[in-house]
Amino acid sequence: MASVVPLKEKKLLEVKLGELPSWILMRDFTPSGIAGAFQRGYYRYYNKYVNVKKGSIAGLSMVLAAYVFLNYCRSYKELKHERLRKYH
Amino acid sequence: MNENLFTSFTTPVILGLPLVTLIVLFPSLLFPTSNRLVSNRFVTLQQWMLQLVSKQMMSIHNSKGQTWTLMLMSLILFIGSTNLLGLLPHSFTPTTQLSMNLGMAIPLWTGAVITGFRNKTKASLAHFLPQGTPTPLIPMLVIIETISLFIQPMALAVRLTANITAGHLLIHLIGGATLALMSISTTTALITFTILILLTILEFAVAMIQAYVFTLLVSLYLHDNT
Repeated sequence: MASVVPLKEKKLLEVKLGELPSWILMRDFTPSGIAGAFQRGYYRYYNKYVNVKKGSIAGLSMVLAAYVFLNYCRSYKELKHERLRKYH
Repeated sequence: MNENLFTSFTTPVILGLPLVTLIVLFPSLLFPTSNRLVSNRFVTLQQWMLQLVSKQMMSIHNSKGQTWTLMLMSLILFIGSTNLLGLLPHSFTPTTQLSMNLGMAIPLWTGAVITGFRNKTKASLAHFLPQGTPTPLIPMLVIIETISLFIQPMALAVRLTANITAGHLLIHLIGGATLALMSISTTTALITFTILILLTILEFAVAMIQAYVFTLLVSLYLHDNT
């Protein structure tokens, strides 16, 4: 059965597994495309959690939690030595 | 332990790429702008705080000094947010690096002094001699005032660096001590833990106070020179 909607315009969850490599290759990887992706992501988060009538602390704390997690990943190499093990 | 204590102050580099740029730029994400009159709670709170701070800090200046409002307000926001973000676990604080603080202090101080010399030359030069000094003391006092003038940018930078670095170091050390003491004697560990809590509260205060002091001093240097 042929796809009715062209592959390029489908969202990720509607792409079938066999079509996945060609879908990834069709994405826009130019600098302006990547910048556009970051911008879209930022506004998606902002409009869902912060730019609402009764925004709560969750909008800010999720960002800070992600920041802490990324910093942990960054310094994992040094932190590895501080685990409670008999032999390091 | 000795090597570990200072590794948290090294500039983060991932595969040779400067990650520190991203970390320095990160606080800008936390200050969204809004063109609306009535915006969301987050933006409203920030605008209210900014208005409070700018009124308190810029009211002493004349109209020429008040052109520096944008600069000083961004300065206090940047230093305050960077210091507060540095209190999160595992994070890197750019203001612990002397290079960055010098990069903030020297241009601002130089700008204030040069503005004073260009626009009010006599008054700027008169700052080198306090009023009412006995005549024999004048040469020595001019030398002392010159030294105190040139030490201002160094003091600004080193004050901020030393305060934030010292606070972070203390937290590391006392936290490590609490952890080590837990297996030896729980009561001492509890006491040390209380000290840690108090220290963390102090650090929150210091983070904001240092930002305030830095900006206040720059504004004072500006006031002298406009």
